[in-house]
Amino acid sequence: MNAMIDITNAEKTFTMHLQGGVELPVVRGVSFHVVSGECVVLSGPSGAGKSSILKMIFGNYRCDGGRIGIRHQGTVIDLAIAEPRQVLSVRRSTIGYVSQFLRAVPRVATIDVVAEPLIVNGIVRAEARAQAGTLLRRLNIPERLWALPPSTFSGGEQQRVNIARGFISDLPILLLDEPTASLDAANRAVVVELIDQKKHQGVAMVAIVHDDEIRHLIADRIVDVTSFASAA
Amino acid sequence: MAEQTLDDQPLLVAENLGKTYGRLIACRDVSFALYPGEVLAVVGESGSGKSTLLQLLSAQLAPTAGSVSYRMRDGVLRDLSALGEAERRFLFRTDWGFVHQDPAQGLRMAVSAGANVGERLMAVGWNHYGRIRDTASSWLERVEIDTDRIDDAPRTYSGGMRQRLQIARNLVTEPRLVFMDEPTGGLDVSVQARLLDLMRNLVSELGLAAIVVTHDLAVARLLSHRVMVMKGGRVIETGLTDQVLDDPREPYTQLLVSSILPA
Repeated sequence: MNAMIDITNAEKTFTMHLQGGVELPVVRGVSFHVVSGECVVLSGPSGAGKSSILKMIFGNYRCDGGRIGIRHQGTVIDLAIAEPRQVLSVRRSTIGYVSQFLRAVPRVATIDVVAEPLIVNGIVRAEARAQAGTLLRRLNIPERLWALPPSTFSGGEQQRVNIARGFISDLPILLLDEPTASLDAANRAVVVELIDQKKHQGVAMVAIVHDDEIRHLIADRIVDVTSFASAA
Repeated sequence: MAEQTLDDQPLLVAENLGKTYGRLIACRDVSFALYPGEVLAVVGESGSGKSTLLQLLSAQLAPTAGSVSYRMRDGVLRDLSALGEAERRFLFRTDWGFVHQDPAQGLRMAVSAGANVGERLMAVGWNHYGRIRDTASSWLERVEIDTDRIDDAPRTYSGGMRQRLQIARNLVTEPRLVFMDEPTGGLDVSVQARLLDLMRNLVSELGLAAIVVTHDLAVARLLSHRVMVMKGGRVIETGLTDQVLDDPREPYTQLLVSSILPA
């Protein structure tokens, strides 16, 4: 088996020092793997720790125990103990993350927000922008908006910009946190298509989706996180 | 990849760095390595020792404990306290930049903007007036200062323009490392956003390494890859910037993060 993501007994607890040191267990015993070309959907009620697990795989939340094995440039890196420089390298060339909300940088034009991940990886600006434009057009963001910073856009438009930014790179792993939450039917269908394309390219994906119909369309396997939450 | 072999060796290394004034401990036991192209933010409140640390790292202050080493352009890591005068001058005039919170400290307020930028070029041996002026002018453009203002002195500039001019003056010699002390402090919020965006682009285009001291966590989030949180002269927490800010572990860091007013 050639897993792109291989998680064993990962766990996470928040210690709230400002609330008298209350321990807030989030997840424990998280174990699953994802292979190339497969989309694993995490299921479970709100608060079960689905987003936290995605954040742990991205190295955004620190892991208190266990192992998060990521296949990166021909070797396996354990993100649970990786150095910051390694995590950054993994994010640059292996793992992409589409969050629910766009963290907008002031003043940066939409087209550049989307093109940035390619530019960081050494693709010339004109080419990166051309690819960004193709994706924005596909996601129905009109060209007259491309030069504006996305901070003024509607929620659905911002999310589509975020999706374009997340899907533009050819990274072997993609994490999707509610990628279709505030989209209309037409744009949801585009996202499903994009996910399907990534599968054919061999991308390993972990997704959170609440919409049953979308889940049915994209999931190759479902991992129920309730057992990880109740163990915590 | 070629990029990786180059980046594999640290540019600056601090080991058990400390500074005491008599019984007062300004900074103690600071150890870290900074790599080429990496931006490190040092955060903490006033009096936490972050400005002292910046002065130690940039050889403006001698440590009472530990050492700072820097990889010179010949690839050799050298202890800053053992450098000769010529090597120190090379670092200050060419290979390093230092952006002060108050532009008046980093600029010569009574001479023209062009001369402020050109001066650093002349210090490294440039002597062709036309070339110096052209380079100064292109740098003013890069920091979004109207080139019509090249002959005006910075005392006629607004706060935001002065800060951008200070950045141009520092970057014109293509330094590999820039120290910044509260670079957006004292500026209006709208001016801050513009400056941050500009710095972010310049740092990534030029592949600069930078150490940015700030009390503003938003500045750290936007500019830095890694963050060190200081309190009482010590580093109490360190890690990837988004990790430390989204998942802070230490009580003091949790307090800092939770004290940000939502916009």
